[in-house]
Amino acid sequence: MTNPPPTTSTRPQPPAGETYVWVTGMGLTIGLVMILFLLGLILRNGIGVFWPRRVAEVTFREERDTRFREGLRTLGVILLEQDRDIRDLTPEQIESPDPADRREKQLFIGNRDVYGQSFAFFNAGNIAAIDYPDNVIRAERLEWGDALLFPVRLHSRDGVEILADDPAFDGTLNRLVREVGDRRREINRIERFAIGRINLQMRDLELRERFFARQDALTPEQEAEYATVRQRMAELQAEYDPLAAQAGVLRARQMEYTLDYRVISGEARSMPVGHIVHYYYPNRLNTPARVRLMAHHIWDFLSGYPREANTEGGIFPAIFGTFVMTLIMSIAVMPFGVMAAIYLREYARQGSLVRAVRIAINNLAGVPSIVFGIFGLGFFVYLVGGTIDNLFFPQALPTPTFGTGGIMWASLTLALMTVPVVIVATEEALAAVSRGVREGSLACGASKWQTIQRLVLPASAPGILTGLVLAMARGAGEVAPLMLVGVVALAPNLPIDSMFPFIHLERKFMHMGFHIYDLGFQSPDSEAAKPMVFATTLVLILLVVVLNLLAIMVRNHLRKKYAADTF
Amino acid sequence: MPPTHSRSVQGETRDMTTPPTSAIEAQRRPKVEPRSEKSKPTGNPEHIRIADYSFYYGMSQALHTIDLAIPERQATALIGPSGCGKSTLLRNINRMNDLIDGIRHEGDITIAGESIYDPFLEVISLRKRIGMVFQKSNPFPKTIYENIVYSLRVAGRNKKSELDETVETSLKAAALWEEVKDRLNQSAFSLSGGQMQRLCIARAIANRPEILLMDEPCSALDPIATGKIEDLIHELKREYTIIIVTHNMQQAARVSDRTAFLYMGKLIEYDETEKIFMDPADPQTEAYVSGRFG
Repeated sequence: MTNPPPTTSTRPQPPAGETYVWVTGMGLTIGLVMILFLLGLILRNGIGVFWPRRVAEVTFREERDTRFREGLRTLGVILLEQDRDIRDLTPEQIESPDPADRREKQLFIGNRDVYGQSFAFFNAGNIAAIDYPDNVIRAERLEWGDALLFPVRLHSRDGVEILADDPAFDGTLNRLVREVGDRRREINRIERFAIGRINLQMRDLELRERFFARQDALTPEQEAEYATVRQRMAELQAEYDPLAAQAGVLRARQMEYTLDYRVISGEARSMPVGHIVHYYYPNRLNTPARVRLMAHHIWDFLSGYPREANTEGGIFPAIFGTFVMTLIMSIAVMPFGVMAAIYLREYARQGSLVRAVRIAINNLAGVPSIVFGIFGLGFFVYLVGGTIDNLFFPQALPTPTFGTGGIMWASLTLALMTVPVVIVATEEALAAVSRGVREGSLACGASKWQTIQRLVLPASAPGILTGLVLAMARGAGEVAPLMLVGVVALAPNLPIDSMFPFIHLERKFMHMGFHIYDLGFQSPDSEAAKPMVFATTLVLILLVVVLNLLAIMVRNHLRKKYAADTF
Repeated sequence: MPPTHSRSVQGETRDMTTPPTSAIEAQRRPKVEPRSEKSKPTGNPEHIRIADYSFYYGMSQALHTIDLAIPERQATALIGPSGCGKSTLLRNINRMNDLIDGIRHEGDITIAGESIYDPFLEVISLRKRIGMVFQKSNPFPKTIYENIVYSLRVAGRNKKSELDETVETSLKAAALWEEVKDRLNQSAFSLSGGQMQRLCIARAIANRPEILLMDEPCSALDPIATGKIEDLIHELKREYTIIIVTHNMQQAARVSDRTAFLYMGKLIEYDETEKIFMDPADPQTEAYVSGRFG
């Protein structure tokens, strides 16, 4: 030490400053950075899925012995370029003066029917040139994912033939794709709704018929009804036949035109135009056209039904299922939670028992959600659902109606899980209503309930809504318990549709959280599912954000209306 | 229907030129205003009868065998230092203390001969007969109009013409009509502090009660607003039996006909206001009203 301590201590010291500002600020910064990074990643990847990127023709260096399916060239969307794993490198590549030898590019090559895979990695050092051919088409198909193709000709069964270099080719293809799209919707309408409705009625009648068939002797009235049932079934069958025939005709027309094309490796292929959902020339688009196309893709994603094990198409059923489930959950949790909170805060004698109940409620909020799922399965599905089946749907057994997972049981399970959130928030809001207002109301001759109903509840509405929002956000994002009580990867029908009784609470449903899990971890080609995972995650986050914003707006509106906090 | 009161011109002038407090500060012992008409007892001299009344919060006794009779259509002031039990007594008259756990009472309170603890009497119907104004003005988070008609609505009276008439007469009686008649549908929170307290008075009398309890109604108000409320009390006592709790002895002297002095939960002295302030019988009262303690 050069300076003896006494000397230093006698010198005036500058003020030390607030040390803990940095510590506390750092905590916040770390949290913010992580959240922003996560959101940025999801946003970039989620939006990027819809951007129509150019398709590159990659030519390999001839001297290197690189081939893709015997071809020196390949076609694909360059997704990313990254350093290769050092363990995959050969000694020559490690020594190589060209850093590109140690890097690789990932390409979306499409044409899974031809190549057996949709994505491929190529050594960046082997690439000689990248070119963007003008006439490549990216076609979204009903099967096998997207195709990257060079069109050759269109031909119909009647012998009409248009070559790709014919000026009429694009117009014709465009018109045909639009026509098959319209026809597909028509087929869907017939099969899903018209025939679906008949099937539903048939099923009920069949159950009735089975009941009669089992009886040893029928009363005259039953005989009459049995006859009616059989007659009605015949009528329905008569209705069904022409519809099925109509759908068959439409299906056949989908196959009328065929597109011949070749892929980059040279194979000539063909597919019916009826299989093309949508197509475009990715290298011919200018920026406004790309933006338009992106909007189109986003719309298809949000409004479409999933295809090919959910890896293609849209997520509309999942959005709808999440929405309906959250709605039913809110309807169930709101009155239940608010009533419990009113009793606890306003009526119950505040003592050790109420305190214990309150602690129990708070603990309930911390119970792992899977426990609620198991409870929901055991109590709602098996016990309540099973009892309902035995009492009201015995003719359908052993096929369960309510005795299996369904949207109602899932919603009720989540309601149970989120009720502590609502109770705690409501209690706080009720406690914040001033004593003066309550006493004033009682002094005016109002009863306790009138005071609660006319003054306390309106004044605490903003706080109650906050609780509901928290509950909704938690419920909408929950997956684990739902897997036990009614979520499926692919539901044939929506929980609400135009078929009587319109709201089908017993149906299984799709949910975005489970959709993400299913795509990301259960699909056969996880690489192909990745874009969908990001896009679905983005939609789920946006849905929760929108729910929150909506509730904040309602809350602020109410707060302005009942601005009682000045006292 | 009651006569509608509007503040006199003199009242207005006095408010503006000489705020009550400046006069108060000048004198230590408040002078009692000469009142010829007030001293005439006009109604039941025992409208409210508090008979050997003791009151306990849990183990602690707040009131010790209070015994006093409050005459009809007069203003009676309860004075005394903080914690002496005057608010407790007031809040027991409309059983507002029922809200508190662990309370207990002995003795009885009767209104026009009926016990307020009669098991066949609903506390709600009791409170309909008694209006109450609180220390802190407590308008409801509703419009001015809805504040006034609240007591009618909770009683199931929703006829528009009746409500409109009540709003007008109550606000006129509370000397607020001229100030708010054009904005009855605005929030009650848009009013000033003094206006809010007058709104609360209007709300308390909207239901035409017999009795008006006022728990330090002016303690949060400035002198001008206080003056207006005091004028109002003078007007209102023609119609209502008023009991006013106050810290402010000058106020008690100005507005009340009779004054009760409470100390440590006991009734020390109860007499004509003039007597209490000019010639108290008890030395403790003497000490309190002359400002030596409290």
